[in-house]
Amino acid sequence: MALVLQYLVYFLIASSLLSMVRVVIGPSVADRMIGLNLVAAQTLAILVVVAVAADRSIYLDVALVYDIFGFVGILVLARYFTEKGEGL
Amino acid sequence: MIIVAYIFFGLGVLFNIMGNIGVLVFPDVYTRLQASSTCTTTSVLSILIGCILYAGWGPISGRLVVIALFFFVTNPISAHIIARFAWQSGIVPWRRTHSRRQEPGAEDD
Repeated sequence: MALVLQYLVYFLIASSLLSMVRVVIGPSVADRMIGLNLVAAQTLAILVVVAVAADRSIYLDVALVYDIFGFVGILVLARYFTEKGEGL
Repeated sequence: MIIVAYIFFGLGVLFNIMGNIGVLVFPDVYTRLQASSTCTTTSVLSILIGCILYAGWGPISGRLVVIALFFFVTNPISAHIIARFAWQSGIVPWRRTHSRRQEPGAEDD
């Protein structure tokens, strides 16, 4: 693994842990969903960088499916909390 | 080509830091959503373009183009879903002066 890609993965892991602060302390449900969206995007970047660093094209399928499931997860959470009626 | 890829990685790191600071500092759902959506989309797309330039021509760069197009479509859509959910659940947008607070949808809808 190249050194720049390795440090990029470390930076993205630290940034994801920093984004989890908003998920923990968020006052409303929408704040926690913002934090989860941020963590999902950075995890996608981590998977892509690891796949490019390992030079395996099969790892990128995992990244694509993770992206699709992150989008569907946000959609399902919004629909669930709308019908439940607990926004704040 | 590798130097251009490193420049795109640096841009991605810069936008990522700005987006995280915005999400941690801003006072409201909508302002946090603006920081999160714009900076995360730009940051991850910069890292994906850097990975395309780093990997070169081949199966990896083709799949990276598909992932970049899908991410470029779905991340603003999920931000819009969160904003619509926050608006429908009755969260009042933040204002600097609290004396001029108005109900959501009173004047401009």
